Amino acid sequence: MFPAPFEYLAVRSVEEAIDALARHGYDAKVIAGGQSLLPMMKLRVAAPSVLVDLNRVEGLSGWQEDAQGLRIGATTRHAALERARPLAERYPLILATAPWIADPLVRNRGTMAGSLAHADPAADWGAAFLALRGQVEVQGPQGTRSIGADDFFVDIFTTSLAADEIITAVRLPRPVGHPEATYLKLERKVGDFAVVGVALNLEVDPEGRVAQAGIGLAAVGPKPLRAPQAEAALIGQRLSFNLAREVAALAAEAADPTSDQRGSAAFKRDMVRVFVQRGLESLRQRIEGRQPASA
Amino acid sequence: MRVTLTVNGEVRSADVEPRTLLAYLLRDEFRLTGTHVGCDTTSCGACTVLLNGVPVKSCTVLAVQADGGEVMTVEGLEQDGQLHPLQEGFWESHGLQCGFCTPGMLMTAYALLREVPDPDEETIRRAISGNLCRCTGYQNIVKAIRYAAERLSAAGAVAGEVK
Ligand SMILES: Cc1cc2nc3c(=O)[nH]c(=O)nc-3n(C[C@H](O)[C@H](O)[C@H](O)COP(=O)(O)OP(=O)(O)OC[C@H]3O[C@@H](n4cnc5c(N)ncnc54)[C@H](O)[C@@H]3O)c2cc1C
Ligand code: FES
Ligand code: FES
Repeated sequence: MFPAPFEYLAVRSVEEAIDALARHGYDAKVIAGGQSLLPMMKLRVAAPSVLVDLNRVEGLSGWQEDAQGLRIGATTRHAALERARPLAERYPLILATAPWIADPLVRNRGTMAGSLAHADPAADWGAAFLALRGQVEVQGPQGTRSIGADDFFVDIFTTSLAADEIITAVRLPRPVGHPEATYLKLERKVGDFAVVGVALNLEVDPEGRVAQAGIGLAAVGPKPLRAPQAEAALIGQRLSFNLAREVAALAAEAADPTSDQRGSAAFKRDMVRVFVQRGLESLRQRIEGRQPASA
Repeated sequence: MRVTLTVNGEVRSADVEPRTLLAYLLRDEFRLTGTHVGCDTTSCGACTVLLNGVPVKSCTVLAVQADGGEVMTVEGLEQDGQLHPLQEGFWESHGLQCGFCTPGMLMTAYALLREVPDPDEETIRRAISGNLCRCTGYQNIVKAIRYAAERLSAAGAVAGEVK
């Protein structure tokens, strides 16, 4: 199997890439890891006539931390994030999510920016990106802009990126408290897309109260979803078994699943509840493990 | 387009269409048919090769993307008629039956042992989770990789003593 013929451009700069996109419009596509695009091109579901390869653009690969947060360059592979031990302290959700994506070989090529741009509602990064309230840095012929997570996903495989814009980096804000995070995923077999995925990120103040909460849901709607009411119920609270149960029920209400060969809508919605409760319980134990046993 | 890459230490060139996948460049142009194409849909890992030292599914990388790079295939494992300890391990521990998945398994395992010289079973199973085997049930593949890890560390220890 091979893709329909195309013209290949190994661009060296973001400007060159945007120029190519502006010239060729909808006929052109950028390729990053190629782990979603090439399979689609081989199946002829996608047939761009021009392929703009970002992999040789200098400066797009790797992550840096600054006072505002974390910046992950567009060609940073999933595997690089999976191995980014220094991020464990401030961005634990990244390390918790990355190992769940596809398999190790796909993770050696695929990128976070590519996954977000692809906007598969079942993508694991989509849920994590929402839970962390990330932003994408975007560059186009008109210049640069940034798009917040809540405004980024529009519908299934659809984002608010214009055809001549590319994501240059993903930005995640610096946590406001001590972060604890987990990613829970139900898959039919190892390496498969989620039946249900739940990303949980809590930022806890020195008294053990939740200062910031992120709950992102994968595979239970036409796009990755956030559960704002469930998040709000956590703010200012200390985690408890009963609170976790209440929050889990609210998160299940935020899900909007459909029945398919991976399971019925009712099953998926209930798995959101189970995962949120289970995940919050594990975070509670970690948070209490860190607190001096005073209160 | 003209592509030039180093394959198993040798510089090779070919004229390819941009849509040519790396697996097909290796098999059809360079006649290195040790790299297998199993599913051709990014699922099985039979086509795994190292691209610049990293194991990837060569059915899902364009040949033009490997231009200027370094590729190692299963043919690069054996040195001067000597099987690599991984190949020996698959032989000794019955790490294969039909052998279709083996080239990909070997390349993934090779990269693993370079990163983690003494992996436990859990680490091995995680590392090969993108390589599917329909025959063995994986048990003997894990044993074969352990065999190689022990052989390589023993060889390393001997080399250390000699110095
Ligand atoms: C067998 C298999 C299993 C998988 N399982 C999972 C899974 O469990 N969970 C999961 O989340 N994902 C999974 N994936 C998808 C994988 O994570 C992909 O790597 C990811 O979806 C796309 O990233 P990429 O860098 O490979 O993008 P590409 O395939 O290169 O591109 C995907 C799309 O994004 C666009 N794009 C890429 N980069 C940019 C950019 N910088 N700016 C603008 N547009 C851009 C491209 O034009 C294209 O439309 C799986 C893939 C395979 C093959
Ligand atoms: S042939 Fe490449 S993954 Fe199966
Ligand atoms: S030995 Fe037959 S597929 Fe693995």
